Amino acid sequence: MGESGIGARVQRVEDRRFITGKGNYTDDINRPGQLHAHFVRSPHAHARIRSVGIAEAQAAPGVVAVYTGNDLRKFVPTSDDLEESPIGDLICGWLIHSKNGEPMKAGSHPAIARDTVRHVGDQVAVVIAETKRQARDAAELVEVDYEVLDAVADPLKARASGAPQVHDVATGNLVYEWELGDKAKTDEAFRNAHHVTKLNIVNNRLVPNAMEPRAAIGDYDPGTGVFTLYVTSQNPHVARLVLSAFVGIAPENKLRVIAPDVGGGFGSKIFIYAEEVVCLWAARRLARPVKWNADRSEAFLTDAHGRDHVTDAELAMDEKGKILGLRVHTTANMGAYLSTFASAVPTYLYATLLSGQYDIPAIHAEVDAVYTHTAPVDAYRGAGRPEATFVVERLVEVAAREMGIDPASFRKRNFVKKFPHQTPVIMSYDIGDYAASLNKALELIDYKGVGKRKREALKRGKLLGVGLSAYIEACGIAPSKAVGSLGAGVGLWESAEVRVNPVGTVEVLTGSHSHGQGHETTFAQLVCDRLGIPLDQVSIVHGDTDKVQFGMGTYGSRSGAVGMSAISKALDKVVAKAKKVASHLLEAAEADIEFKDGKFTVAGTDKSLDWSAVSLGAYVAHGFPSDEIEPGLKEGAFYDPVNFTFPAGCHVCECEIDLETGKTEVVNWVAVDDFGVIINPMIVEGQVHGGIAQGVGQALLEGCVYDEAGQLVTGSFNDYAMPRADDLPNFQVDVTVTPCPSNPLGIKGCGEAGAIAAPAALVNAITDALGHEDITMPATPQRVWRALQKSKMPAAAE
Amino acid sequence: MYPFNYHRPTSVRQASALLGKSEDARLLAGGHSLLPMMKQRLAQPSDLIDLGLVEGLRGIELKGRTLQIGAMMTHAEVAASDVVREAIPALAELVASIGDPHVRHRGTIGGSVANNDPNADYPAACLALEATIVTNRRRIDADEFFVDMFETALEPGEIITKIQFPVPRRAGYAKFRNPASRYPLVGVFLAKRGGTVRAAVTGAATCVFRCKEVEDALNARFAPKSLDGVTVPTDGLNSDMHAGADYRAHLIVVMAKRAASAA
Ligand SMILES: Cc1cc2nc3c(=O)[nH]c(=O)nc-3n(C[C@H](O)[C@H](O)[C@H](O)COP(=O)(O)OP(=O)(O)OC[C@H]3O[C@@H](n4cnc5c(N)ncnc54)[C@H](O)[C@@H]3O)c2cc1C
Repeated sequence: MGESGIGARVQRVEDRRFITGKGNYTDDINRPGQLHAHFVRSPHAHARIRSVGIAEAQAAPGVVAVYTGNDLRKFVPTSDDLEESPIGDLICGWLIHSKNGEPMKAGSHPAIARDTVRHVGDQVAVVIAETKRQARDAAELVEVDYEVLDAVADPLKARASGAPQVHDVATGNLVYEWELGDKAKTDEAFRNAHHVTKLNIVNNRLVPNAMEPRAAIGDYDPGTGVFTLYVTSQNPHVARLVLSAFVGIAPENKLRVIAPDVGGGFGSKIFIYAEEVVCLWAARRLARPVKWNADRSEAFLTDAHGRDHVTDAELAMDEKGKILGLRVHTTANMGAYLSTFASAVPTYLYATLLSGQYDIPAIHAEVDAVYTHTAPVDAYRGAGRPEATFVVERLVEVAAREMGIDPASFRKRNFVKKFPHQTPVIMSYDIGDYAASLNKALELIDYKGVGKRKREALKRGKLLGVGLSAYIEACGIAPSKAVGSLGAGVGLWESAEVRVNPVGTVEVLTGSHSHGQGHETTFAQLVCDRLGIPLDQVSIVHGDTDKVQFGMGTYGSRSGAVGMSAISKALDKVVAKAKKVASHLLEAAEADIEFKDGKFTVAGTDKSLDWSAVSLGAYVAHGFPSDEIEPGLKEGAFYDPVNFTFPAGCHVCECEIDLETGKTEVVNWVAVDDFGVIINPMIVEGQVHGGIAQGVGQALLEGCVYDEAGQLVTGSFNDYAMPRADDLPNFQVDVTVTPCPSNPLGIKGCGEAGAIAAPAALVNAITDALGHEDITMPATPQRVWRALQKSKMPAAAE
Repeated sequence: MYPFNYHRPTSVRQASALLGKSEDARLLAGGHSLLPMMKQRLAQPSDLIDLGLVEGLRGIELKGRTLQIGAMMTHAEVAASDVVREAIPALAELVASIGDPHVRHRGTIGGSVANNDPNADYPAACLALEATIVTNRRRIDADEFFVDMFETALEPGEIITKIQFPVPRRAGYAKFRNPASRYPLVGVFLAKRGGTVRAAVTGAATCVFRCKEVEDALNARFAPKSLDGVTVPTDGLNSDMHAGADYRAHLIVVMAKRAASAA
């Protein structure tokens, strides 16, 4: 591997600038003549806008413009005048069809509301002024006359007859009624069942809370007609595509999107947001750059939230505990508008994983997507897969308990053991060894000693519980043709370009975006491994549509499996060409050139040239016939995966509940993951740690709450509990490895695993301690204390 | 934040005069309650009178059986003070548990007491220990001082200069934190002085209060066991998404037990 090649624990090269305050985030960027935008947001969850009075705000000090929804009209192509027609709405890029064949009902999503506001925080107007404070001051002078309407925040209540309607097109607030799997076969399995386990499951709504709030700067050059958008994005090219092709701000060749350093995304920065549209549009209208950045309160109100499912699930078993079938009905809260990828999350990212690690002959899943008067809900770390894992892993745990079978044995009995394995829900698992990770995890947690530890804990007034979560996820998103057939509006390949400089240093341009993942390190490690050059001679370039030709961005644990595979393909081409060049320089046949550890050698001789000499030779171009070989050394590649990848593993949580207060303490955590080939174990462990922390957050602490009127109750960190270091134990993280057969590097992906696995492990541990299943996430001290009242207490051995 | 005038007086007299000049003037101590409110535009003082350079508001002293702490002493200073740790260790522990290091290095005892946040820690200690809040004009008993949520007996122009705590025979503090804010969801400070026990509860209601049920039980015998079976009525207790009144009532007894065993 070498000291910086694949498998090495290389320190993250990007961290020096981040932890010394030298990162370059969107808010660090200031453009000459820049103005500042502040949005007037609806205080009501649902209201008709009777009028928006802007005169006073317009006259306020420093104010340059105030715009309402109806002002956002298209530019006449040949001038800076406006047409009558409005700019395009924000879109949802994945078309889901209901089971009756009808396309999903997507209500319109203007960047600034035109006649109706649909959630607290919805944009009503924007004030643009010389300074941020002037914009904010003047925003208080905008007078909006609202006709307040009834609102509904709860997805089940939104389906009730007579519920307030969010969009006229979606009758009964139903976006789609979707299904997957074989209903008849599943019904049959349930008829033949010896035992059926039923659960009602709430997957709590979460607020992403990336450390850096969203920000955007719109910039316009009237000379060239080129727009530049600086934005906190996980996928600048997708932003450009949507802003060009759908919103219609500018054609792609006239729009440059730059996503500089981005301080975390967790999914929430995949999407194309209203504020970005408005900043760009206004930059042209005013011929001055326009900057906006969210404060934390705005982030709570307007970042796309995550999860929010209500599910009825049933698992059918034969008398030996072999699973026969699974039936799932989920109501998914989409919020007030369909965000960019929202429709795919509770369908193809969720129901396709409902087979878990198990051989389940029949599965039928129904998903109703529902509008409510709440912030839009979209992908959040794991996106659909945490929800699926939670359903499956709660069900198997409870089924085992109900049938009196040890939960670990129950799982092993039902594991998929032969690969490839076709599930009843689209996915074809390529490889894995589920028993290996489970066994290793049980050993690390000392599963045999649990009984003794429970007795010992009770003496201290604590109820100890242990819970497992044997998760699987589909990553490396995704084979383009496959997702196209399922309704995706785009292909999900990745592109890369490897540019070798004359001195042999290398720039890699990638469509994957790094916002915490450490790509500048891991991607460089791949190059070092292949070309045998030191890490500091490799630069990873990303996040600028003018530099990188195209890319689909970072989400779904795809940057390693897909993004690096594209780099690997480009590197293959670079090496092939370099060998050609070397063969001329070394005056040998191309077939005799060997390339290893940065050296080109003529086989069987000591004649050799090093990497930099050949690079220089390629550019000097004296030593080879130019009609045969083009000068230079630069290659590009697009990589389209042939399958998803299937990271899987087993997490075990041990917790203790304080009998007096109901407070749950996580006392031990074991994670044994199979991520295939690992590029940098330290970074992978970091990803697992962070993922578990987020999963523990969901299970114990985080819960986004709207009241009946649609007001956000948890609008700040005062009420929304984020996990802190002292909420977490030291993690024991280990791996098993089955290399992924479908990509050149054998990588499966690791970015979401922790968040996917953790909630079920923790809730299984809590319910093990409680002795019953009646608890919902987040399992706050109060909820656990109430649940304790229903527990049959083991006699305390005092 | 809205614009405001900033003043930096050097004496209590100057500060008081400045305070009297405008109805919307506010004193600024550590700023860790006031500035967040201003940043969110929930408070809009016309003038901020910074107490940072004002003389006579600092220092910690034990005078006989009375511990005296200057209003501008930060939480970190109080927590680290050997004098406090010797005299009333439970108070030092309470202060060391406020917020995080940033908060403790800015927030002050005077600011916390004047603010009377229903979830703050200090008011519980003041009430249980029968503290005296000394101002530029008078001395106010803790029993009179904490009026209601964010409301105190302080009058316009009045500035806390120091707080005096009679040293108790025994004292203990235990709190259960709100999982989000980490302020006390319920905090109970117990103090025994002479023959009587005072139990002050913070976080559970709109204002710090004394809990009769806990005091009665502990007056019989000051031991955690005395609280077995004791219940506290839910009347007047807060109910919110973090804790219903019944849970808070339950936690009062649990925290009282823990405070008793710590005392
Ligand atoms: C993140 C965070 C966490 C926190 N956690 C906790 C916690 O766990 N427990 C807890 O108890 N507190 C907590 N606090 C509050 C913290 O202790 C505050 O600092 C304290 O309550 C106020 O003190 P201050 O010196 O900052 O006062 P300031 O914010 O400066 O002032 C508060 C109020 O008191 C008035 N005032 C200040 N000094 C005087 C004076 N000498 N005389 C009269 N009036 C005066 C001011 O005019 C203002 O109205 C937290 C704060 C933050 C920001």
